[in-house]
Parts: sequence; structure tokens; C-alpha cells
Amino acid sequence: MTRDHDHDDGSEHGSELSEMQLRVRALETVLAEKGYIDPAALDVMIEAYETKIGPHNGARVVAKAWADPAFKQALIADATKAVQSLGLIDRVGDHLIAVENTPNLHNMIVCTLCSCYPWEVLGLPPVWYKSAPYRSRAVNDPRGVLADFGLKLAADTQIRVWDSTAETRFIVLPMRPAGTEGWSEEKLAALVTRNCMVGTGLPRGPKDIV
Amino acid sequence: MDGIHDMGGMHGFGKVEPERNEPVFHAAWEARCLALNRVLQAIGAWNMDEGRAGIEELPPDVYLTSSYYGKWALRLQNLVVKFGLAGADEIAAGHALRTDKPLTSKFGVAQLPATLTRGAFGRPAQAAARFKIGDRVRAKNIHPPTHTRLPRYARGHVGVIEAIRGCHVFPDSSALRAGENPQWLYTVLFEGRELWGENTDPMLTVSIEAFEPHLEAA
Repeated sequence: MTRDHDHDDGSEHGSELSEMQLRVRALETVLAEKGYIDPAALDVMIEAYETKIGPHNGARVVAKAWADPAFKQALIADATKAVQSLGLIDRVGDHLIAVENTPNLHNMIVCTLCSCYPWEVLGLPPVWYKSAPYRSRAVNDPRGVLADFGLKLAADTQIRVWDSTAETRFIVLPMRPAGTEGWSEEKLAALVTRNCMVGTGLPRGPKDIV
Repeated sequence: MDGIHDMGGMHGFGKVEPERNEPVFHAAWEARCLALNRVLQAIGAWNMDEGRAGIEELPPDVYLTSSYYGKWALRLQNLVVKFGLAGADEIAAGHALRTDKPLTSKFGVAQLPATLTRGAFGRPAQAAARFKIGDRVRAKNIHPPTHTRLPRYARGHVGVIEAIRGCHVFPDSSALRAGENPQWLYTVLFEGRELWGENTDPMLTVSIEAFEPHLEAA
């Protein structure tokens, strides 16, 4: 059990932690006692978010698009349908849109208003994606944001930022790294990072994995 | 509403600080909080847009100083009380004090699959789309005090219709329980310089997903 009052440790984070633990536990208890929820269902849901849903699904999608030109075409035409056809996910949400990077164009995804993110292919968004620095600067200083991630693009690369202000959801299709000719989809998927599918990174290169 | 949540283009928040090997949740309560919020939406206690409004209506200082799931916990508590699912006294007590129960649905394991998928918000068209691809449009200069998905930084600026995404539930109506009121949704592309001025990187473009009532011909 957590102590009820944890204010003496001088840590803001620590005090939020215990306060939130108690607040959320109280809410769950009341809602369960009233018969709205079954806590066991929450357990199963959380397990799905921790294990089944995540960027490994998106990585498979990107790897397939790199390896299979017909799939790539289908993905760009209708990402919901194309991703559904892979059978990785029970049901892909509507209006999933894949946007393709080219040598002249770099795409970046943001939600300036809240935290919209393509959960089914990338999982829950990381803290930075939901943070004020990212949400404020992605739309007016994307090169500065990319620099925070250690990424510098050529000055003549066009940067396209997609603000997720409705129920459409975006995933970036990054460029396939050079030196991966003939690789299997499985091997290619190991190059695909979460950030490269949000547009705040590039895929790993063949030398980055052994 | 012109709230603190509408952050696009604001200055002063500092660097983006990615966390290495970030876990899905940083504490067990975050996971419970996420699941509770999803579940209450799934059983119809409130809709997605009311939920978003519930975050936006947090006081600005609370919004800025609470963690992400901290905001979700506050929203959960506020909406549970607002929509009468439980009383503030019950939450304070940590137990149900009454048996009143405005909703009949209960969320169990059988209802899980529906909540693990994003909702479907496309709807049949009520009328022909007013704009076509390539049309120049201006995002309206509007400042509704209630929930809207038109970000402040786009208002008054001219862009081009790049794609038509179909007819969708209109969040501005849905958040008020004024019905789904489906509206055409467009991807509208703006030049960075149109949004941020002439000193802006000429290679920058930004798009928003804009509902037809938020646009006018330009």
C-alpha cells in the first residue's frame, strides 16, 4: 500500500504519484461498486496496450511497403484497408492515411490540440508527442524540433507537417535505407523505429543492426 | 475554446525531450486511468468530444502543471460527477454511498474488442461537398467559447483544399450533445509563410483537417 500522504519527500513527481494513485483507485472502486465496470476487463485492456498494440505493428506495415510495390500502392491509396489485409490487428480504425517521404519531402505528424495518434499501428503515444514543446513547435519550427531529436535535413528538403485535428490518422512511410536490397520483410522491420513513422527520426541503417 | 490546449505555434515551452526506452506506462495508476477513461466512453457515459472538452476545460495552470494522465484523472473525476455517475462525496469517500445508477450498461471483458479500435466517425453525406480539390479556402476567424477542432494558428489564413476525407461527425456539435451534425472534412494545406510570416522557412507547409463549417471560399 502506498502511504496516504507523501508530501514530505520534496518531490513534485512523487506527490503527484501518490495523489493520483489514490484518486484513480477511488474512482475505480466507486465505479465498480456502482456496477459500471468490471476491473478484470480493465486488466485485459491494459495488457493489450502493453503487449499487442505497439509500433511493432507499424514496422511490419512499413517493411511490407518497402518490399512489395503493390502493397505500397494499396497503402498509399487506403491505409485502413491495406493494413487490415495484413491481419496484424483485429480491426484497423477508419481513415488511416500513410504519407510517403521522398528525397525532397519529409513528413511529420503532430496533434497540436491534444494527442491524436494512430494507436493501432504505433501504440500509445510517447510522452514527448503529448508534450507542450512538441505540440507548440512542430507546426512553426519543425527543423528545430528535428534538431532536438538529433536529425538535420538538407535545407532544400521540403517539410510537411500534418496536424491531426480530426479523426483521420497519419503514419509516415519513411524511405527505405540504402544497402538493404534483397532483405526479408522481417529483417527490414527491424530498421523501422517508432519515431521514423511519426517523422521525428529516420529508419536505422543496415550498419545499426547486427 | 481559445484555451491553453490549443498550443500550435506558441513560444516558450523549450526543447522536446525524448525519453530513452520509454515504458508504455510510467506507473500502474496511469494504465488504470487510461482504461477507466476508455471504458466510460465505451459505455456511453460521455462521447469522445465531451471527453476532449473535459480536458480543455481544466484551468490553464492545472493543464500545464499536470502530467498527461494526471489530466485524464482530473477529467475522469469531473465528468463522472458532471454526468451524475457518482457524487463528489462518493469519490472522496472512495466507496459508493448510494445505489443510484443512471446508466444501465456495464463494461465487461465481452465489450473489450470495441474499445481497442478507434471509433468510426465517417457518416453519410447530408449535402454535396462545397469545395473541391485545389480550391483556395480561408479558415474562418471564429472564437467559439466551446469545443472546436479549428486551431487558432490557422484562423484567418488561406490554404488550398488538398483532399476530401468524407463526411464526419462534427465535434463542435457533438461536444455539446447537439447531435452528430455530420460535415465534410478536408485536408487544407497552408504555406508556412502564410501562417507564420515572411521570415519563415520557405520549405515548410502545414496541413490541418478542417470541417466545412470552418472554411469559406477565398
